[in-house]
Amino acid sequence: MPEGGMDRPLPIGVREPRARARRLVAGRGRYTDDISLPRMLHVAFLRSPYAHARIRSIDVAAAAAAPGVEAVFTGRDIAAACNPWQGNHALFPDLDSPPQYPLAIEIARWQGEAVAAVVAETRAQAEDALALIEIDWEELPAVVDPEAALVPGAPKIHPDRPSNLALEFTTAKGDVDDAFARAAHVIEETFVFGRHTGVTLEPRTIIAEFDPTEERLVVHQSHQAPHQQQDLYARLLGIPEHKVRVICPDVGGAFGVKLQFYADEAAVAVIARLLGRPVKFVADRFEAFAADIHARDHRITARLGVDAEGRIVALDVDDLFAIGPYSQYPRASVTEGGHIARLTGAPYRLPAYRARVRMVYQNKGLIGHYRAVGQPIACAVAERLIDGAAAKIGLDPVEIRRRNYLRDEDFPYTSPTGVAFEHLSLNRCLDLLVEKLDLPALRAEQQALRAKGIYRGIGIASFVELTGPGPDYYGQGQVRVSSQDGCIVKLEPSGKVRVVASATDQGQGTDTAIAQVVAAGLGVRTADVHVLLGDSEVCPYGGGAYASRGASIGCEIAFRAARQLKGNVLKVAGALLQMPPDALDIRDGAIVDAEKGVERLTLADIGRVGYFQQYLLPPDLQPELAVVQHYVPRDQAYIAGNGIQASYVELDPETGFVKLLRHAVVHDCGLIINPLLLDEQIRGGVVQGIGGALFEEVVYGSDGQMLSATMADYIVPMSSEMPDIDVWHVEAGIGREKLGAKGVGEAGTAGAMGAVLNAVNDALLPFGARIAQTPCTPQRILRAIREARARGTTQSH
Amino acid sequence: MDEFVDISLTLNGRPVRRRVPVRQHLVDFLRTELGLTGSHVGCEHGVCGACTLRVDGRAARGCLMLAVQADGCSVETIEGLTESGEIADLQEAFVARNALQCGFCTPGVLITAAELLGRGQPMDRAAIRAFMSGNYCRCTGYQAIVDAIEATLRARLERAASTGDGGR
Ligand code: FES
Ligand code: FES
Repeated sequence: MPEGGMDRPLPIGVREPRARARRLVAGRGRYTDDISLPRMLHVAFLRSPYAHARIRSIDVAAAAAAPGVEAVFTGRDIAAACNPWQGNHALFPDLDSPPQYPLAIEIARWQGEAVAAVVAETRAQAEDALALIEIDWEELPAVVDPEAALVPGAPKIHPDRPSNLALEFTTAKGDVDDAFARAAHVIEETFVFGRHTGVTLEPRTIIAEFDPTEERLVVHQSHQAPHQQQDLYARLLGIPEHKVRVICPDVGGAFGVKLQFYADEAAVAVIARLLGRPVKFVADRFEAFAADIHARDHRITARLGVDAEGRIVALDVDDLFAIGPYSQYPRASVTEGGHIARLTGAPYRLPAYRARVRMVYQNKGLIGHYRAVGQPIACAVAERLIDGAAAKIGLDPVEIRRRNYLRDEDFPYTSPTGVAFEHLSLNRCLDLLVEKLDLPALRAEQQALRAKGIYRGIGIASFVELTGPGPDYYGQGQVRVSSQDGCIVKLEPSGKVRVVASATDQGQGTDTAIAQVVAAGLGVRTADVHVLLGDSEVCPYGGGAYASRGASIGCEIAFRAARQLKGNVLKVAGALLQMPPDALDIRDGAIVDAEKGVERLTLADIGRVGYFQQYLLPPDLQPELAVVQHYVPRDQAYIAGNGIQASYVELDPETGFVKLLRHAVVHDCGLIINPLLLDEQIRGGVVQGIGGALFEEVVYGSDGQMLSATMADYIVPMSSEMPDIDVWHVEAGIGREKLGAKGVGEAGTAGAMGAVLNAVNDALLPFGARIAQTPCTPQRILRAIREARARGTTQSH
Repeated sequence: MDEFVDISLTLNGRPVRRRVPVRQHLVDFLRTELGLTGSHVGCEHGVCGACTLRVDGRAARGCLMLAVQADGCSVETIEGLTESGEIADLQEAFVARNALQCGFCTPGVLITAAELLGRGQPMDRAAIRAFMSGNYCRCTGYQAIVDAIEATLRARLERAASTGDGGR
């Protein structure tokens, strides 16, 4: 492989550290809460203590008179200055989520929904005054369990909707029932996937500032998508869009949590407008657990039919998906169920496939788009079933996958759910995993230890991920989420380079990756490129960060823009040197003779002539030393990537504790732009997936009270519990005309849960026990062992 | 509602006197009153470690201490540790190894790691992982953090072995 990776110019493929990291290790980060504006006020919210309750009356007089308090607002006050919104999606026309307002007006529908806001000189004073607000609550029956929510006669969360069923959809291909009837074996499992949340270490933070003299709203916000927010503030508050500016400074973790439109944040923008003063809101950790988006929360019954040789004949997936009281805006909560329907079993040939999704309203927090949206579940369901089939037939888990994978000759391929896969490298990834991990040796070790009463498990999980979506999904959904990104590349007079782009960074290193591809495209060093992101006023319009698009779309367009600038530079150079531009090249910041590499001019010469001494050029040559380009992938709905993960665990059958010994990932992300950043993206994603598999759960009581609202109760992985994670890559090419990077940010999360779930179940095999619920807590594992003992299914071991 | 008291402390080596609300946390005092925004607030209940400071030479949670409790203490923050150059090698290792993503946990992680390094004792990866367990990082998955600390520790111990100065 040539140095630059897939034949691309350097520094593509180089392990360059991030410029931003230098600033952050020095404590010089500038996160939203680090910003303080003149005359700034602070907001605190009164949140519903009940999962479902009517506000009979609300009295804010005492709070308004408290020390330091500037104003108190109720739901009605705020609603008068903000249009409501509905988290709908036109590709699912039956979804008709009721209008949602910044603060609850008459009925609060989840514990933690904001119902009133106090604005004061300090946050502490605002919180003091919250205690003085008098609300006469009428508690309503809480609808918490999704199955109970669907029972006829269940209390309705939205009285004007026919039931608590928000949406039901089915997708099918082939004669599923007939295929099952003829299957040699059918493996069925009912899964319960617990509710997770993102737990960004920096909670959501916003400062809104409205200048009535200019009628301009400027918002500093810890967010992934400044243009999306600009559009929403403009439309919902009725401010012309060119007078709304959203700036995202350093963001302390996002993972999809900061991709959403939040009711409380809308209230902050409205308050800023009503008061004409800057207003800050920082969610505290309790508020983060209660009001950040949640994810997962699926009950899935799935069946896999195979023939006598273990070849899949049919797969049937039935998902009951609990989404909270509203569909999340603006993207709609349907995406997670959609991905489960779209992707379960995606690595395999599926002669017959059916998926049904039922989305249910309930009195819990809203479900949004947390890292890998649905994909970890799609993976875990299929990979559990396929391991189940392997066990039933007595096949090795590796072998059964080989028999069923989509193969090279199948591509380009359209999945049973209509998703196009240009190419997947499933077998290559599996082969590399088997080789690098020496799976046969690991199996032998496992078996040997089992004889000594040490219970280890090996789990593997293949996954297909959909990254960098094109305009179809949101565009046809009538959702104003941009699938395109834009990039400006500008030569400064000194010959240095400035880039302004619509991609955003929350720690992934997107800015560095963009600098690298611009350096490669133009022929300069990364250190000579400065990248600015995250400002809706100055950056070209685009989607920001979602669905692993930073490399696949953000870098693609930056590379194109850099190459265009290079062409423009060479035109000027050619005129100055009286040479055809294509006889010249730019290398290491110098204009050289393309053939011999001899330096002829510097980029500073081009800058000087282009900006100050145009008289040296022919009169018809206008130097264009800044270019802007936009790009949206149009050839396919998604850029499909794939990979495989392996988990090696040890189970203590006395305590139910699972110790992670090792974890490995083989991933195909197409072109590798920066291996250093890439591997850490994968590792971070894996650990979030492991968290979901073993530790993390948003727990509610049957009354809808959250029982996991601290970081001592919602357990995110700590360093001591995590294993070292091997990461290996398959760089499968995609067309020469593109840069060719696929998404990577969600790959780790997409496959980790399935691998861990399979490993735990492999360790449970000698006990005849199975677990199909996440997180696999010690308690649940012990229960599974106990139940197996009671059934008398324990194998002799 | 606020009561105030006067405190004086040594902050990053320099004397500071302020009048503070009695209920204000040390980390909030540093951030809002003194503009030292390098220390972060992630949970305000003592779990995440984002607020880790050095108080009288030991790592402490800035969200579990009131500013008044720092009266008479020596407090060091990431800004001070950076300026003194004490952890320049560690910071360089973090950058080189990409041991941070969003960076929100990083000042706290560095201060805890500085305490680990200050012991001057060899430690294996498992021991480093255990020592760092009070600092949550949601982005990195920890491996790069452990790598960076391990590399810095090894380099310091080697330097100490060759100069005999105890590893600091
Ligand atoms: S903010 Fe102090 S430990 Fe989390
Ligand atoms: S780098 Fe984001 S929390 Fe550690």
